[in-house]
Amino acid sequence: MQFGIVVFPGSNCDRDAAYVAQELLRQPTRLIWHEETDIQDVDVVILPGGFSYGDYLRCGALARMSPVMAAVMEHAHQGKWVLGVCNGFQILTEAGLLPGALVRNRDLHFICDQVPVRVERTDLPWTQTYTAGRVLTLPIAHGEGCYYADAVTLATLERQNQVVFRYCTPAGRLELAGNPNGSLNHIAGICNEQGTVLGMMPHPERAADALLGNADGLGLFQGLLQAAALV
Amino acid sequence: MRLSFHVRVYITLRPSVLDPAGAAVTRNLQHLGYGVAEVRIGKYVEFTLEAMSETDATAQVEALCDQVLTNPVVETYRYDLLPAPVSAQS
Repeated sequence: MQFGIVVFPGSNCDRDAAYVAQELLRQPTRLIWHEETDIQDVDVVILPGGFSYGDYLRCGALARMSPVMAAVMEHAHQGKWVLGVCNGFQILTEAGLLPGALVRNRDLHFICDQVPVRVERTDLPWTQTYTAGRVLTLPIAHGEGCYYADAVTLATLERQNQVVFRYCTPAGRLELAGNPNGSLNHIAGICNEQGTVLGMMPHPERAADALLGNADGLGLFQGLLQAAALV
Repeated sequence: MRLSFHVRVYITLRPSVLDPAGAAVTRNLQHLGYGVAEVRIGKYVEFTLEAMSETDATAQVEALCDQVLTNPVVETYRYDLLPAPVSAQS
């Protein structure tokens, strides 16, 4: 399974994602410079975290205009895998590949922490290695991670079961205390209708190597590999 | 003949979107004794634009605001379209 990790000026989680794909999963992996326009060799595109274009104007707004994004849109529209983490999630919403937007955290602070995140559905390749309702501990590091969508969009997301991860208390309850940034409906990650495009603020790639103390995020990548093996 | 315009764009969060920075500034101003309420913080962008006509300029401004300068999911905007100061013509 060929992984491709897009590198924008200001990306800073690209190497972490590449490490997971290449060293932990042992899959062919390449970094895709934002000026590239041919990514047809790639099965999974990862838009990594960071501060693309310095977050100028809005987070992800300028990255969305990069030459590579036309190819990423095409890749997504073909039903192929796209994972956007943190700044990558912001880029996916700016590009319209996922609904809603990510705005300033409720309490204005940049939050760098490890937080409980509940797995809301396990019928997706991304989450099939987890049990339903499992509470993962995943790192977050963002200033603009508060998920917002209008009431109609939120209702549609819920009805179509597109919420994949929610912030929660350590016991897995959806309470204010478990919501670090004020995200509506405690949303930490959503997918498109087909489940092929996933955007999430928490960083699974930073919680993938047990040597670093937490491998809760590795299952997400392993699930994808299992799905690919069945094709 | 191409016309020159000076454009001022005012971008604000939609009323339904929480503005925590505006709320913090509101509290601070109230703390200082000002009778201020409901501060909303936005962005101001200005630029010059060349267009074939005022209609063309309006279309361009709205297109670039919708595409780039704002995210319609969370923001709204209004703009002023002014004739650019006339420079010395040869």
